[in-house]
Amino acid sequence: MIVAAMQIFSHRRNATKRLFLGAALWVLAVGLLLPTATAFAQAVAADTSGVKIDGTYGFGLPPDVSEHGWQIDRLINILHVFMAILFVGWGIFLVRCLVLYRKKPGHAASYELLKAKPAKYAEIVVMVFEVIVLVGFSMPVWASVKNDLPKDSENPFKVRVIAEQFAWNFHYPGPDGVFGRSAPQFVNGADNPAGIDRSDQAGKDDLVAGELHFPVGEPIICELTSKDVIHSFFLPVMRIKQDTIPGMRIPVWFKAKQSGNYEVACAQLCGNNHYKMKALMVIEPRAKFDEWLKKKSEIIEFKED
Amino acid sequence: MSGESHHGSSGHHGNESHHELGFLRKWVFSIDHKVIGIQYTITSLCFLFLGFCLMMLMRWQLAYPLKPLPFIGHWFSEQIMPGGIMLPEFYNSLGAMHGTIMVFLGVVPLLVGGFGNYVMPLQIGAPDMSFPKLNMMSYWVYFCGGVVMLASFFMPGGAANSGWTSYAPLSVISQQGPTFYAKFFSGQTFWLMGMVFLITSSLLGSVNFIVTIIQLRAKGMTMFRLPFFVWSQFVTAFLLLLAFPPLEAAGVLQLMDRLAGTSFFMPSGLIVSGQAAPYTGGGSPLLWQHLFWFLAHPEVYVLILPGLGIVAEVIANNTRKPLWGYRIMIYAIVFLGFMSFIVWAHHMFMTGMGTKISAFFAATTMIISIPSVVVLTAMLLSLHRSSIRFSVPMLFALAFLPMFAIGGLTGLPLGLPASDIHLHDTYYVIGHFHYVVVPGSIFAIFAGIYHWYPKATGRKLNEVLGKMHFWLSVIFANGVFFPMFFQGMAGVSRRLYDQTAYAHGEAIQSLARMSSWSAWCLGLAQLPFILNFFMSMFAGKKVKENPWDATTLEWAAPSPPPHGNFLTEPVVYRGPYEYSVPGNPRDFYPQFVTEA
Repeated sequence: MIVAAMQIFSHRRNATKRLFLGAALWVLAVGLLLPTATAFAQAVAADTSGVKIDGTYGFGLPPDVSEHGWQIDRLINILHVFMAILFVGWGIFLVRCLVLYRKKPGHAASYELLKAKPAKYAEIVVMVFEVIVLVGFSMPVWASVKNDLPKDSENPFKVRVIAEQFAWNFHYPGPDGVFGRSAPQFVNGADNPAGIDRSDQAGKDDLVAGELHFPVGEPIICELTSKDVIHSFFLPVMRIKQDTIPGMRIPVWFKAKQSGNYEVACAQLCGNNHYKMKALMVIEPRAKFDEWLKKKSEIIEFKED
Repeated sequence: MSGESHHGSSGHHGNESHHELGFLRKWVFSIDHKVIGIQYTITSLCFLFLGFCLMMLMRWQLAYPLKPLPFIGHWFSEQIMPGGIMLPEFYNSLGAMHGTIMVFLGVVPLLVGGFGNYVMPLQIGAPDMSFPKLNMMSYWVYFCGGVVMLASFFMPGGAANSGWTSYAPLSVISQQGPTFYAKFFSGQTFWLMGMVFLITSSLLGSVNFIVTIIQLRAKGMTMFRLPFFVWSQFVTAFLLLLAFPPLEAAGVLQLMDRLAGTSFFMPSGLIVSGQAAPYTGGGSPLLWQHLFWFLAHPEVYVLILPGLGIVAEVIANNTRKPLWGYRIMIYAIVFLGFMSFIVWAHHMFMTGMGTKISAFFAATTMIISIPSVVVLTAMLLSLHRSSIRFSVPMLFALAFLPMFAIGGLTGLPLGLPASDIHLHDTYYVIGHFHYVVVPGSIFAIFAGIYHWYPKATGRKLNEVLGKMHFWLSVIFANGVFFPMFFQGMAGVSRRLYDQTAYAHGEAIQSLARMSSWSAWCLGLAQLPFILNFFMSMFAGKKVKENPWDATTLEWAAPSPPPHGNFLTEPVVYRGPYEYSVPGNPRDFYPQFVTEA
């Protein structure tokens, strides 16, 4: 394109034209370079809402603390390398044509069409590549993240995630490890956001938190649902995203490989305060997690007394 | 004068058979395809500009969250921008209306209603469309749809604010009032009614296009002598005809949910802000998504196919060489049209899809990328051993190629379910489809305007202003959309009022500022075009019927063509792109010339 640009400017014929083009170039330079410069001047980690969020965030993918995430990152990287190769290949051909075949005296276009064997091969390469990434790289990850939930023998830890405008509720089974009955009619504001039936024996010790805590290195199953509209449960550092849809309960699972404080985001427009619908995700060693769970259940018992 | 006079097979209209029409019948309620085409073009260009203004407003909030908008902030009411600071509900309205206006009131009516209406009958050698009155009705129904959409800004609670996709249940519960009156006069209700108008208009148009292309081709104009642009309109018309009815039905169903208390899209047991919502339940929010995307994926191809058509015309004309693989390109877009009906659920990978279904839709998505690559490759190969004339339309067409390639290629990680887990609903998606639509469709639109303006007005657009417009646009369009890929990779969700609410967003807030500044500059870059568009009507260089030395039929008619288009009935002798034919004294061999 740059060559083409120089091309065109070399054909300018009079002073007015030159003036216009000069002015245009200046506007370009100032308009584009300034913002670019400011953009690259700052890329720093941040802390939100008083709690230090771990990890360094910048222009690339966010940190990955999940066990499966590397497969997704690898796929994204492979795709971008492939895209870059294809784009540069096309680009070279394009620029070459623009330079070589510009209109000039004594040069006419050829009526004969290019015998494009290389183009046919490129086409086949694209097809083969797409089959390989789909079958070899995409489907296995998808199947393991979204379909093949850990079996009970692996002792997965279960949390129910109940989304509402504009908060996340995390429903834990409590010390007995069994979820109590829950239904919409039991929902009662902030006292019982998950609609737990407290008369149910298993539900007596259930607890609901506004933060997602779970132990590191263990398989976690989140069962997602929503009380009102569609939200999307997005854990950027866990490479997990799943819509939460009212009337459906959808499980996802993951395993964290390192502890820390991270964010839960909502990825689906859910109303005015969609942008503020986030929660803290605390990944911690089993002992610390048990301690947190115990402290939380004591608060519940205290309330019931 | 009656519409029937156009159906005659003669195609010849002597001027003596027409009496002079009054201003109203000639320019407002016209049944001439050219006037309707110009009406569509002007109206949709205004909507494009409006949609762009909405976006420039949003870009302030995105670049400088919660800071008062300078200079013009106090023009807005305190209810939507108290102290010049945009409220989230206003931001969401702007977002929803930007998408709706750009897609349904801007780009599609411009490409199909504007270019299709004006150019297609000329290119096939027809005196007019098959059903001129239906054509007029199509424009006026579209116009009503536009008025309804604009009226929604003045409803209590503002315009629709649930995104251009209007996902239920959010779209059903938002802006709801206690009385029928309040429910009816709300932005979302008006959005749905506006959509019903717009869809009806497109359906009327598509029937007309299909019949015209099949029935009214000039003598000798076989299907494989049709210019590629006509083929692209032909496939587009089928997409509109088959894809829009489900959304029309869905729109009516959602209106029922909002106004009549039905629950087509509302599941049981909804609790909204702590209160049980007054819906009987039993419906499915996913049903809306299926119906919506069953339209909206073919709609994506409606946005791009006529654009490809324009670019093909401009490239063939300015390379002075036949298009590479004319037939292959036609087969490719027909195949693309078929496939576009079975890829819709790739917009819904995150709704809890199993491996088998997601594999099916990922596979169809990969398959549909092949014909797109074929068309793009064919256009690139057309440049080989050509003689490129760097006219303004050609510059836009050339910029289209790599930019559309970026748009297409970035669809790959979104079409594969695994990488989509991270990228779904992030800025990556926005970057992807804006690369397809802005330096894709809209650049094609500009190429088309610069290319056919002499035909419509008898005057050329100014070259210097055109080149300024081009260079500024191409650079700033990239400045707007390229940073979005980084934002998306970093995990910034789309439709966020303030991305600095998240750690990963705050770290790259500078990218949002870069996009915003580029967007405002892109706005300024359109000034030369607007100036050029109006000034050249009076001051542009006068041209004869064929200023570009082109080969297709529209250049056989005078510029501007009279009512009935051609002075003598055109006859077609050869294919559409016979440039630089060996042994021919001139480097173009028009379809309508008997011999060189």
